[in-house]
This record gives sequence, structure tokens and C-alpha cells, in this order.
Amino acid sequence: MAAPSLVAAQTSSRTRVRLKPSLIAGIVIIGSLVIMALVPNLVAPYSPTNFDYQAVLQAPSIKHPFGTDNFGRDVLSRVIWGAQVDMQIALFTTLFPFVFGTLVGAMTGYYGRWLDAIFGRIVDIVVTFPFLVLVIAIVALLGPGLNNMFIAVSAVGWITYGRLVRGEILTQKKAEYALAGRVMGYTASRIIFRHLLPNAITPAVVYWMTDMALGILLGSSLGYLGLGAQPPTAEWGVIIADGKNFMTTAWWISTFPGLAITVAGIGFSLLGDGLADLLRPKG
Amino acid sequence: MNRWSYIIMRVLQVIPTFFVVMALVFFMVRLLPGDPTSAILGERATEAMIARGNKELGLDKPLIVQFGVFVGHFFQGDLGDSINLKVPVFRLILERMPVTLFLTLYASVLAVLLAVPLSFVAALRRDTGIDSAIRGMFQIGLSMPVFYIGLQLLTILGARWRLFPIGGYGETFFEHLWYLFLPALTLGFNLAAILMRNLRAAILEVLQSEYVDFARAKGLRSSLILGKHVLRNAVISTVTLFGLNIGGLIGGAVITESVFAIPGVGRLMVDSIFGRDYPVIQGLTLTFAVLVSLTFILTDIVHAQLDPRVEVT
Repeated sequence: MAAPSLVAAQTSSRTRVRLKPSLIAGIVIIGSLVIMALVPNLVAPYSPTNFDYQAVLQAPSIKHPFGTDNFGRDVLSRVIWGAQVDMQIALFTTLFPFVFGTLVGAMTGYYGRWLDAIFGRIVDIVVTFPFLVLVIAIVALLGPGLNNMFIAVSAVGWITYGRLVRGEILTQKKAEYALAGRVMGYTASRIIFRHLLPNAITPAVVYWMTDMALGILLGSSLGYLGLGAQPPTAEWGVIIADGKNFMTTAWWISTFPGLAITVAGIGFSLLGDGLADLLRPKG
Repeated sequence: MNRWSYIIMRVLQVIPTFFVVMALVFFMVRLLPGDPTSAILGERATEAMIARGNKELGLDKPLIVQFGVFVGHFFQGDLGDSINLKVPVFRLILERMPVTLFLTLYASVLAVLLAVPLSFVAALRRDTGIDSAIRGMFQIGLSMPVFYIGLQLLTILGARWRLFPIGGYGETFFEHLWYLFLPALTLGFNLAAILMRNLRAAILEVLQSEYVDFARAKGLRSSLILGKHVLRNAVISTVTLFGLNIGGLIGGAVITESVFAIPGVGRLMVDSIFGRDYPVIQGLTLTFAVLVSLTFILTDIVHAQLDPRVEVT
């Protein structure tokens, strides 16, 4: 008799979850960027690469809300197509670090001993290098370009996730339910993946959102320096670099893609903070 | 254990890490595709030319021998010669380093001057309009790329309003302060945003602690409580955060120097990458690693001095 009422209580409490305005704002921002990234051809009014020498360096107007650049390309369309490249950067600079770092963190946290000692030494070494310097050095050796940037960031970025998950697993594995699992004779992998990880992964997921913003910051910085995406790719950092020589005469070329980066960063932060609130255990 | 042996031990701890770092940099440069000799000689080099070049650079010897030579030279202050500039890398770094150190220190000072008072205001006026405005400003600062802030400051304050020089470094100390103001502000704003975010939380936590309640109960003036208890704790977390973010600061310096055309090591790094100047990249990566390690030690020591709770073990 008690069981049905329990279920009912649960569903009703779930429907009562109220999304905070900041989380909704985050979802809206990132949602629109994802749409731009998926179907830029439907959203953008013009082609991002077509030259139009009749409309060079035009200030923002109704026809070109963000103006045009020195080749007459529509800046709004370039910023929209840029979302495709920069959202890819956000995803591919963080996906491998998230998955691999979580696995390593879970293993080292659960097994400890020599595995943990090795991980500790790797962390000591990696934190000695400034992240950007290390990434730049690796990109320098592999050659500029997006793929090499992904490799460079992945080689270093998993460390943070590893540390986060390791710390969580260390506390979770002392909890009673984990001990119970061991007493029941469950395999280590079952305890780690079915029992510990679901309770330990929240900080890593929240950090993932922040990390995507950092990924875009890094990717656009490398693009700006000429080490990331290569022109004429419409990447936000590359567009800013294209426009930097026109800053005093045509401010709109560099200013709008910079705002796009900022808005994306704020969107990911709001999403991360909102998720942290939602996923935090209540009570 | 007293303070001095703690310091010595902290320094000793870094040495093994640093050897691995050296090995890593050394083997990374050699094992990844794109060897230095073909980079020096260009794409048209023949096999024979590359073989001769390898012999000249000592690249024909076994890797482990090369590494021994590399470590030996490093401790004599010899990081090899720059391929493009034809001068010793060590001298090049020594010449450019003061500029970067000046810039990063200047930026840190500006960051603290911005972050500490504003975090206090935000924490004391918690959940008011002022608090939201300050937090909003720094949220934007965190989300805006360094090169973009730099570019906008350069254009608006430098080129359009002509308030500040738009490049260069100056000759005297006061000229440095003047020329590097915009770059330091650019770099410092980002750090300030990171500091502010954590400081506000730290101050709120201290304000709710029992010892602050006790100080209030004793009837101490609130300025004294803020100055003595809250500020001390705020400074401790700032020092720790500063240590954690030194890597980000150096990375930011690389970008800032490129935007403002400042002749520091950061710009040298970017130039060397485009010039495929491997010895310089290798030397700089190592130097940055040394700098970060030293900062870690320094912040640990300062932390231990400031916070009596830190156990010296």
C-alpha cells in the first residue's frame, strides 16, 4: 500500500522543481548558439565567405546589422558561422579531458596506492607549466591548426577532471553504501561505475560547463595569434584578428565577434552555476 | 620543524619534479614530428645536408647522451643558440624577462587594488544592487578574452582618446609605469575577476565565523574587525589564489605582449613559434616552468607565515 504513494510523492516533487532565471538565461544563450552552430545556413542572412566589393567596410545598418568587413563580407553572417567553429572548439577541447579525466580520477581515487602516487607526480609536473604556454609549445611543435590545438589541450586538460573526481571518490568510497557494495561482493567496476561515480561526478559536470567557456577563450586566443583556426575560417578569434587593423575606422568587425565570445562565456557560466544548484543534494 | 627547514625542504621537493620537467621538454621537442634541422635548413634541404646539420647540432648522438649534454649545459646557463636571432637563448631570455616580470607584477598589483576593495563592498552590501553590479562586471571580465579587452582599451583609450601610448615600453621606471598601464590593466582585470569571485565568498565566510561574532561581542569597532580579522584572512586566500593563477598570468602575458607589441618573453615565444626557433621555445618553456615552481614555493612560504594553522610538515 505504501509503495504507490511513495512514487506519487516523488513525481510531484519532481514537477515542483523550479528553474532559476539565471539557469533559463544560460539555456537560452547556449541553446541559440547550438542552433546557430547546427544550421548556420538557415540563420545567417548572407554567405560568410562571399566577397562583395560593392559593400566594403560598411557601418552597421538594417541590411548589415553588424556591418561588413574589408572584403564586403557580412560580419553578422561570419559571427553566426563562427558559432559553428567555436562550439566545436568548446566541445572538442573538453570532451576527451572530461571522459578520460573522470576515468583516471575514479581509478586513482578508488584503488589509491601506487596508481595514486603516479597520478600525484603527473599532476605536480603538469601544474608546473603555465597551461597556455604548454598548449602553445605543443601547437608550435605539431603546427598551427584546430586539430593540433585539440590534441594539445586534451593532453593537459584531463588533469583537472582527474583531480576533481579523485577527491569526490575518496570521500564517497568511505560512505556506507560503498562499503555495503563491497560486502555484497560486487565487482570493483560495478561499485565504481554504478555506485560511486553517479554520486561523485557532479563537480566534474559543473566544471565541464566552465571549461567549455575556457575552451572558447583559449581557442579564440590561439586563433587571434594565428595558431588556432586558420583564415578564412570564420572563427571568432580569427575574425577579431582580421578586423584589428581597422579598429579605428571600422570598429564593428572586431567588436561583434568579441561580444559573441563574451556572451558564450556568460552562457556557459550561467549554465554551470544553474546545474550546480540543481544537482546539489537537497536537505 | 622551524620555518627555515620548511623552506629548504620545499625547495628540495621541487628538484625531482624539475628534472622530469626538463626531460619532458627535451623529449617532447625531439619525439614530435618536425625535426629542428629540417626547420633550420628549410624545405629544400637534401638528406646529406640534414645529416651534416644533425652532426653539427649533436643530434646524431643517442638521445640519452643528448639529454645529458642538455642538462649539463642548462646548469651552466647555456640553453643553446637561437636559430633565427643567432644569439644565446639564455641572453635573449635574460634581456626580455625584466619586461615581462614588470608587466605581470604591475598587473598583479592593479588586480589586488581592484579586487580587494570591490570584494569588501560586494560582501558587505551582499545581495544589493551594488553587489550585483560588481559581480556582473567581473563575470563579464571572466568571459571576455584577454586579447579582446586589450584591443578595445588600445583602440578607445590609446588610439581614439590618445590618453595612453599605444605600444612600446619606455626607458625609465615611471615611463614603464606609464607605457605599461593599459597592458597591465588588461592582464590585471582578468586576474581581478578570479580574485574577486573567491574573495567575496571568503569574506562572507569570515564575517559569519564565530571569532568575528566574538570580536563584535567584545564591542570592537567594526573597522578594527574588518581590518584585523577579515582582511588578514582575505589576504591569505588572495596569496593562495595568486599562486594558483600564476600560470594563467604568464599565459595572459604572452597574449597581452602580442596585442600591445611589448618586447617581453611572451612575445618572444609567439615570434619563435612562427620562426620555428626550437631552442628558444624549449628554453622559454623551461624558464616558465622554473618561474611557476618558484612562485608555488613563495606562495606556500608566505601562506605558512600568514596562517598559523598551516602545519609545517
